[in-house]
Amino acid sequence: MDLTLKIWRQASAKAKGKFESYPISNISADCSFLEMIDILNEKLVRDNIDPVAFDHDCREGICGMCSLYVNGRPHGPDDDITTCQLHMRKFKNGDTITIEPWRAGPFPVIKDLIVDRNAFDKILQDGGFISANTGSAPDANAILIPNREAEQSMDAAACIGCGACVAACKNSSAMLFVSAKISHLALLPQGKAEAAIRAKAMVAKMDELGFGGCTNTGACEAECPKDISISNIARLNREFLCAVILE
Amino acid sequence: MSLTGLFLVVFLCVHLFVNLLTLVDADGSTFNTVAHFMGTNIIMSVMQWVLGAGFILHMLWATVLTLKNRAARPVKYEVSTNSDTSWSSQNMFISGATVLAFLVLHLVNYFYKIKFTELIESGQMSEFELVTSIFQPQYWYFSVIYIISFILLGLHLNHSFQSSFQTLGLNNTSWLPRLKFIGTLYAIVIAVGFSIIPIFFLMKALL
Amino acid sequence: MGTLNSRSPEGHVSQQWTKFKSTCHLVNPANKRKLDIIVVGTGLAGASAAAALGEQGYNVKIFCYQDSPRRAHSIAAQGGINAAKNYQNDGDSVYRLFYDTIKGGDYRARESNVHRLAEVSNLIIDHSVATGVPFARDYGGLLDNRSFGGSQVSRTFYARGQTGQQLLLGAYNSLNRQIKNKTVEMFSRRDVLDIVIIDGKARGIIARNLVTGEIEKHFGHAVCLATGGYGNTYFLSTNAMGSNGSVAWQAYKKGAFFANPCFTQIHPTCIPVHGDYQSKLTLMSESLRNDGRIWVPKKIEDAKRLQKGEIKGSQIPEDDRDYYLERRYPAFGNLVPRDVASRAAKERCDAGFGVNNTGLAVFLDFSDAINRLGKATIEARYGNLFQMYEKIVDENPYETPMMIYPAVHYTMGGLWVDYHLMTTVPGLFALGEANFSDHGANRLGASALMQGLADGYFILPYTIGDFLSKEIGTKRMSTESPEFIEAEKKVSDRIQKLYAIKGNEPADYFHKKLGQVMWEYVGMGRTEESLKKAIELIPKIREEFWSNLKITGNPTEYNPELEKAGRVADFLELGELMARDALNRRESCGGHFREEMQTEDGEAKRDDENFAYVAAWEHKENAVPELHKEPLEYKEVKLVQRNYK
Repeated sequence: MDLTLKIWRQASAKAKGKFESYPISNISADCSFLEMIDILNEKLVRDNIDPVAFDHDCREGICGMCSLYVNGRPHGPDDDITTCQLHMRKFKNGDTITIEPWRAGPFPVIKDLIVDRNAFDKILQDGGFISANTGSAPDANAILIPNREAEQSMDAAACIGCGACVAACKNSSAMLFVSAKISHLALLPQGKAEAAIRAKAMVAKMDELGFGGCTNTGACEAECPKDISISNIARLNREFLCAVILE
Repeated sequence: MSLTGLFLVVFLCVHLFVNLLTLVDADGSTFNTVAHFMGTNIIMSVMQWVLGAGFILHMLWATVLTLKNRAARPVKYEVSTNSDTSWSSQNMFISGATVLAFLVLHLVNYFYKIKFTELIESGQMSEFELVTSIFQPQYWYFSVIYIISFILLGLHLNHSFQSSFQTLGLNNTSWLPRLKFIGTLYAIVIAVGFSIIPIFFLMKALL
Repeated sequence: MGTLNSRSPEGHVSQQWTKFKSTCHLVNPANKRKLDIIVVGTGLAGASAAAALGEQGYNVKIFCYQDSPRRAHSIAAQGGINAAKNYQNDGDSVYRLFYDTIKGGDYRARESNVHRLAEVSNLIIDHSVATGVPFARDYGGLLDNRSFGGSQVSRTFYARGQTGQQLLLGAYNSLNRQIKNKTVEMFSRRDVLDIVIIDGKARGIIARNLVTGEIEKHFGHAVCLATGGYGNTYFLSTNAMGSNGSVAWQAYKKGAFFANPCFTQIHPTCIPVHGDYQSKLTLMSESLRNDGRIWVPKKIEDAKRLQKGEIKGSQIPEDDRDYYLERRYPAFGNLVPRDVASRAAKERCDAGFGVNNTGLAVFLDFSDAINRLGKATIEARYGNLFQMYEKIVDENPYETPMMIYPAVHYTMGGLWVDYHLMTTVPGLFALGEANFSDHGANRLGASALMQGLADGYFILPYTIGDFLSKEIGTKRMSTESPEFIEAEKKVSDRIQKLYAIKGNEPADYFHKKLGQVMWEYVGMGRTEESLKKAIELIPKIREEFWSNLKITGNPTEYNPELEKAGRVADFLELGELMARDALNRRESCGGHFREEMQTEDGEAKRDDENFAYVAAWEHKENAVPELHKEPLEYKEVKLVQRNYK
């Protein structure tokens, strides 16, 4: 198929960006979206044009590195996938595809479509862990975890930290991301000991970094490639309120 | 937002209940009795200030939150689909602001006249007569404004009801759909319930 | 040619690690604060090592090329992690895990290391659970296990099809905790481009900040490489796009020996190639072989019709299906080790029985399992994998059988390390996939996660202490020393040299070319002739690379083309060493299959008399690399021909 790509180009964090259009032809429907950009880039290099910079790594939907806002949706027009799993069969011959970087204050653009998501790491550094030193653990079966809790915890732990929730939210709120980690750990008996400190510290960091507040629109859940539920946000609110009230 | 919101949700229930009494009897005596009770009893006099404070807090916090949330996205998207979300949830500030504008009109229409003029006390008009006086064919635009505002209020409530439970952490995967359903039902009841009154009196005068 | 000393402790294999731990030298807490350790790579091995070392009080600096340590490719491991817990009461033990791993590796791994791995395997599960890894549980709340290729017990712990992700996030969380405690400093979006050696010891690294292009110098009393494998030499592999062999290769050039480079694992269950624009291959977890049955048509006519797209797999009647693994290996069936399953698939496809349009695919069928267990159970076990398959291939695997084909997945070879995980350069350690030590010529499923975490959490923290105990008098060195300046200049010069080519083709062009040669001549079946051909062709591509490469932009900005060019330049050298090693090893073992050396029924035929050694290559400037041998002595396990029948 033949397409027109309208891509955000920005030389560096400080530079002013703008959209550029690139025609591209003979794209197979079985080609993945990122492979399509590879093809474009190979052509651009041959034409002496700086290739489009974009984040990607595992290309199988698990590392969370890819991050494009395609035609108004994070990770593009398909459900429960990352951009690297998006295939060109989702588009039609002659389409114009608009590709933008994640837009959020705490995710500044580094170059073109690449944003800095270090803010996520910073939030997790402020409490997204269980304090257990190596070598001090009891036998793994000494802690009984009912199947239901283990499964719910796993549902939340499936978060890949891609930032689609922030990109989709009209408020650039990071609540789904934070709540996924809070839920993952708070649902496990091992994680309960420091659940209150964790919730307070992570929420404080999230606010400090300039993410918006949650107004429960549900856009995050709708766009999450791993189907993380907003019921985790309710759990985060519960954990947080209890932590504040019981203090 | 959620606490003040839920408080206002309760207030709307009471308000709707009292208003619907206008439809009970033709001369409005039940409504007058209740309205008089509401206007004079000590608890209600106190609650009136609490209610005012509730509104103001709700609006202030909404403004703060909206400003903060806008600041969190300094550069907007070129193309945006709003994902798979409701119009209500995406436009709470707009629907809220419209309801606020309506509220000002509403206060001028009734609250001001009852509290700051001698209209009722002098016996010139009963509460019932005051209510119905607005919804006359010659003031058709009031009815239209009121009904449009009720629809927007309904949209505002459609999102806000379940959202407040979510914010208070009183939600989970199984309760989310239930609360959403109750919220939508509540929003419809409020919007339709309030709208019935102008429609009823308008029709009554016309027919 | 020299002989290498593994420094394995004396005594019975089961006592060596205990003895080591009780007698190794220690560093006291006050001195740990004065010692700096550099860790490169944030996968399971790197993240767990940095976390464990940080907990002990060392100053750790950790580097990764991704934007966050959580992206390292360990995250993509799906199936599970082995441990000798024997929770299923099916006869498992440390010895059995040790034995299976040695046997699975076709008797080309070091006994002492593998036994230690089996010993610490249980600690990994305990620690992972304590740090919040949500492993699958049964209804009573106890841990669940599944079985995996190459063993007859169920010893694999798993978290759906995302075990690698969950284990990595566990290590990443612990790493974050140490970053918060300021014992670990994180440097993301950095390419490590050289190792700095001072007075014969590894003392630092040169890194390029990928965002600003700045060249940075970092000092460490010791340097640990946890940089993963070099499977991307083949261009198409299941590795991440950025996975590279460059740091290990620079270490090699600085004197660390490279061991068994030809040992590459071709994973049997990957989604087949579908076009020349393809950038990578996607793995479908080996765990699928638990319930899926692999087959091709019995009749060549059916295969031809499948290839032309005239019929679907589900239309072929049961009697006309050849479940070739079950037929050839009745004891292990679909659960034979990866190398065996891969070669069997290649054999069928080479014979013309392939089932897709390229003729390079076999079926992995779940219809039996769905009938037996119900769709819901299959969905609970493999839902995410099925979804992944459907997104890529656009076919519903619940209804039509999956198509799979082998793809490069893991490299058992790597930097040569002794029992201490130290390379031949003092102070330079290698852990995880980056070293060669534990998997011999073939890695068993669910063993990579085990090895990465064993090295990082439980082995390196001891062995590095033994080394550092002799360094407590070494003051932190200035990064302005002549050695650092020289290494920095070397790195800058190379970047300038790459820019100066000003040719016509982007780096990927050469990478693809190399990949084709590697897959064709150093792939699943290798012959003396094919390997010689590769050794002849690769230098030509390298020459073309250095005369016709094109890089846009400039080195002082974010420049993915420059990153790629540097990595491809190294792959072009590494690929040749792989071919040389494969040519030297005139035997078939594990993933290394020399077609001249096979049994009558087509199985790998080892030559224990001549090749029971680790081939460790030493770099020689402008000359052929020199081979060193570490003889493999089997005291505990008897060398026999592997048999999965």
